[in-house]
Amino acid sequence: MSYWKEFTKGLIKENPNLVGLLGMCPTLAVTTQAVNGIGMGLATTFVLLGSNIVISLLRNVIPKSVKLPCYIVIIAGFVTLISFLLHGYVPDLYDALGTFLNLITVNCIILGRAEMFACKNKVIPSALDGLGMGLGFTLALFLMGSVREIMGSGSWMGIEISFMHPVSVFVMSAGGFFVLGCIIALVNKIAGKKPPQKIGCAGCPNASVCKSVKGGNEE
Amino acid sequence: MNILTVSPSPHVRGCMTTQRIMLCVILSLMPALIMSGVIFGLKAILIISVCIVSSVIFEALTRMVMKKEQTIGDLSAVVTGILLAFNLPVSLPWWMAIIGCFVAIVIVKQLFGGLGQNFANPAIVARIVLMVSFTAEMTTWAAPRFCDVVTEATPLATEYGDTVPSWTDLLIGSTGGCLGETCAIALLAGGLYLIIRKIISPVTPIAFIGSVAVFSFIYGLTQGDMSYALQHTAYQVLSGGLILGAFFMATDYVTTPITGMGKLIFGIGCGLITFLIRTFGSYPEGVSFSILLMNIVTPYIDRFTMQMPIGGIDFKKEEKKA
Repeated sequence: MSYWKEFTKGLIKENPNLVGLLGMCPTLAVTTQAVNGIGMGLATTFVLLGSNIVISLLRNVIPKSVKLPCYIVIIAGFVTLISFLLHGYVPDLYDALGTFLNLITVNCIILGRAEMFACKNKVIPSALDGLGMGLGFTLALFLMGSVREIMGSGSWMGIEISFMHPVSVFVMSAGGFFVLGCIIALVNKIAGKKPPQKIGCAGCPNASVCKSVKGGNEE
Repeated sequence: MNILTVSPSPHVRGCMTTQRIMLCVILSLMPALIMSGVIFGLKAILIISVCIVSSVIFEALTRMVMKKEQTIGDLSAVVTGILLAFNLPVSLPWWMAIIGCFVAIVIVKQLFGGLGQNFANPAIVARIVLMVSFTAEMTTWAAPRFCDVVTEATPLATEYGDTVPSWTDLLIGSTGGCLGETCAIALLAGGLYLIIRKIISPVTPIAFIGSVAVFSFIYGLTQGDMSYALQHTAYQVLSGGLILGAFFMATDYVTTPITGMGKLIFGIGCGLITFLIRTFGSYPEGVSFSILLMNIVTPYIDRFTMQMPIGGIDFKKEEKKA
């Protein structure tokens, strides 16, 4: 079923965050705690779902020359909606996410899906695409947040883990980059992705004499 | 590797190998190692041993996992282990030291391709990671065992007007501090040995320590009279990790410039950053950060100070002329 495929591709295979490397700023900034990761992910999913549906509906109405301003207005509308909702019902999360909630507007994942998918496809596939991508993003943020919270603060979802001695470097941005790199490597391993030839071992100037490259000098 | 054989002339083959260089470095670290045992007791030797053993084991394991040839024979892991241990306080739990060795060997060195490929000094990065992760444990300096006090601040943390340890204390090393950094005489002896054996060039240490001294002296003059400036300079030079860093870490072949001019720039840059962090920063010690920051700009320094071979043509200048 192709609808099912549109939904699942965003989870791992084309994960916007870990494979597409989009939306890095919120990924590094808000994932010091697992809860914040989930909150940010779900807020983005809501915006992504809404903007994908609306943009897909309006895809024949919006003139090509002004499509970017139109997309941004639509996305910003949904961001305003979700930020009011969060402010009203979960003020703690609203405070924790801070300015990054409003910055969802310029999150490349959302504009990317609008540009790549929603403006070319019908409503239902676009909605499923948005939902899948959003959940993939949420998953990635939750994973990052969990690792960083457990290692860096010695707790998980706010629950203290008594035997963990916190390693505070994981809460800092350096630790964030480190965890992100490890998770990306892991996901690429699972998805069976090889680095492009240009930056892989085969593209190295020393490839012809290197032992670790196939076809190189094996002496 | 017959591809690299280029020249017909008879070449003299030096007997210097990586292993021999590392052996010399280990030898030069021995006085400081013995002094740390004398000053801080058996626990210091224990921590140093833990660091050496875990560094070598991590190196062997990573090479095994990555299916590369074993490199523990070149002894560079032993040097990293000793240097890292020298940067730790004696009261540090042993498992934190092991985490430091993991960071140094696996993350900083082997993930980038092993000895010769790492862009930053492994021991320095490991120290910084431990410092920002376990700040409380890393800044609890046990006093030397022949003093009455239990813990005391590193001399760097004292300010104008505080009672400070005497100069002889600083030279012999009977002050608070990390394992290997307190005894200035032992470190200087090791550094001199390396310079005499021509393992390291004296340019970097002199530029590094010299610039810290000059900047501290000028700063001292702005804070008090002449005698205070001299005293302040002496403390800045003799305390903290400056001598250890200048002789043994800022002279690492892999992560510092290879040209003479580059070494000078590197040393002065380290000195300036160290002075700025010590004087105006929130951490009391800045040697490790300064060396790491200068490690990062090393490729640019090398490119900037590249020497023209005799008879070589500067293509950029030629282009401008044309």
